[in-house]
Amino acid sequence: MTAVAHLIARLEAARAGWLRLPRQTLARHLVLAVGFGLAFYVLSVYISPYRDSQLATAAYYFTALVGLTVLTGLNGQLSIGHGALMAIGAYATVLLIGRAHFALVPTLVAVTVITATAGGVLGAGAARLRGPYLAGATLALAVGLPALADGYPGTFGGDNGLTVAPPTPPASLGLSFPLTRWEAWIAGVGALVAFVVVANLLRGRAGRVFRAVRDHEVSAQLVGIPVARTQVLAFTLSAACAGLAGGLYVVVNQLAAPGAFQLSLSLSLLTGVVLGGLGTLGGAVWGALALVFLPAWATNLSHAISLPTNVSSNLPLALYGIALAGGMLLAPRGIQGALGRAGQWLGVRLRKSTSNEEGSDEQDHK
Amino acid sequence: MSRFIDLTLNGVTSGMIYASVALALVLIWRATRIVNFAQGAMLMITTFIASSVIAASGSYILGFAAALAAGLVLGAALERLLVRPVEGGPPINAVIVTLGLLIFLQAVAGMIWGNTPRSFPAALSIQGFRIGGRHVLFSPFDLFTVGSVLVMSLALGLLFTRTGMGLRMRAAAFEPEVARLLGVRVGRMLTWGWALAAVAGSLAGLLVAPVVFVGPNTFDAELVFGFTAAVLGGLDSAIGAVVGGLILGVALSYVSGYESPALVTLAALVILVVVLMVRPSGLFTHAKARRV
Repeated sequence: MTAVAHLIARLEAARAGWLRLPRQTLARHLVLAVGFGLAFYVLSVYISPYRDSQLATAAYYFTALVGLTVLTGLNGQLSIGHGALMAIGAYATVLLIGRAHFALVPTLVAVTVITATAGGVLGAGAARLRGPYLAGATLALAVGLPALADGYPGTFGGDNGLTVAPPTPPASLGLSFPLTRWEAWIAGVGALVAFVVVANLLRGRAGRVFRAVRDHEVSAQLVGIPVARTQVLAFTLSAACAGLAGGLYVVVNQLAAPGAFQLSLSLSLLTGVVLGGLGTLGGAVWGALALVFLPAWATNLSHAISLPTNVSSNLPLALYGIALAGGMLLAPRGIQGALGRAGQWLGVRLRKSTSNEEGSDEQDHK
Repeated sequence: MSRFIDLTLNGVTSGMIYASVALALVLIWRATRIVNFAQGAMLMITTFIASSVIAASGSYILGFAAALAAGLVLGAALERLLVRPVEGGPPINAVIVTLGLLIFLQAVAGMIWGNTPRSFPAALSIQGFRIGGRHVLFSPFDLFTVGSVLVMSLALGLLFTRTGMGLRMRAAAFEPEVARLLGVRVGRMLTWGWALAAVAGSLAGLLVAPVVFVGPNTFDAELVFGFTAAVLGGLDSAIGAVVGGLILGVALSYVSGYESPALVTLAALVILVVVLMVRPSGLFTHAKARRV
């Protein structure tokens, strides 16, 4: 126990000293982002190309979940339509790269702006809707939008969708550089940009205003917050993230097809934020990892015990359903909340044991 | 002109189906103030059950009855097990639980019956009636559709207004505390509300399945249409749900016929948003302050 206590003390000293993050918000998030970026880079170099593609998938899921965290977690607007917003981003990416021959970075920027605009228009309608009404309207979007691809096969390629050439890694990286790693890097950079921008906004005035509107609209209005404008802003920001995620999806999969953006995608994203922990960016990380590894794990499991195809192909969805309903009933604060509580509990226990060893008896003082 | 008449008739038929889904949503909304987003998946399950029973026994009537009975049991069971804990909590939690149920039921259906949609028989001929030397877009099965939804709506209306059970159910939904003091088993009444709603949903599934086929995802749009119809009618009014369904059915039939079938769901979204902006309490409820 002494060794552990010693370690904890060292760690706390470090946190108070050199490990302390900068006070200034932007600087702190940039430092965090550089740290995450380095970890991402090291990870992507040491894992197999298949794992790289999983990492890339997690990166675009994270980007979408950041958007949903802003909207549902922090602003209290429930959207079942984020899969459709991702579809807008994905189709815009394919059309810009394939038809208009844009370069990748300008495309992603343009796509983010396009989806944000769409989100602003939607948000203007959504700002008047509450709870179940908003959920119903975004549900209609999630179900209705993919049908457009079938209705206008000339523009959107019908059921088969549209394909685009994969991004080419620069020659300086060598000829044998795996494509999936390059895709993971692009998706990772996109995810980090989304993280820095959103984390920065949320830490400041925008975040406070979002939360105020979520927690009590009337009070927010009383202190002079324009409620409707705040909700539209949250929707716009959230849609921008979803659009970027759609663009990154195309970078990773080279395809935009209606089958990928069905209602189940929107519901999976919702599962991700609920499972990770509504309203925290840390939760979005756990959610993204869950969305990547839960299906992979389910596939492995069904291979291992040789389940029939019907069962194995639907196992991930069943798990999402259980996670969504069960998570809401049993652990509404998700993984991030559980980790926070576990950390607190551990911290209290360890501090108690150290203080007991040092001879101070807290019990008497209480 | 004949095309206009055909589209109108077609709209009336599909409108009655939307009305049936809308009724299911309204019954649950009135009883528990929850919009049941799992309704589409529940009626999908019962329609699959009907499909299996019909395939096994060869009797349409047996399958029909099995679906309605399954709906009754499924609705009651889900209310008791999953919904009871979130009743009276924040609305967002209840919505998320029903969405979880939606994915779970779709996955279970895919596991049991496969993901490929299968055809579903119609009770009667789907060849349109012959009027004035041409077939109109209204078949004996369409007549059966309109008739059975009307019969069910009437039966529900009579149950709620003319029986002691209906009175108790309304009391439990309207003023749970007082109803409990007067000896109404409020919990049981809410369970009955869910069960009856699921029966209405099952009926809609049976009626629409010959057109959209039976698959885990084929009823997603029906939920959207049912919700839109229910909001059109005010989400609180059973008569409103039926009229809302009819209006929506006819409007969407015109969109589908004159524009493109691909636009139908988005048209429903536009109608939904416009209704909520212009008349948030719906077309048929009494003026009452309510947050939308």
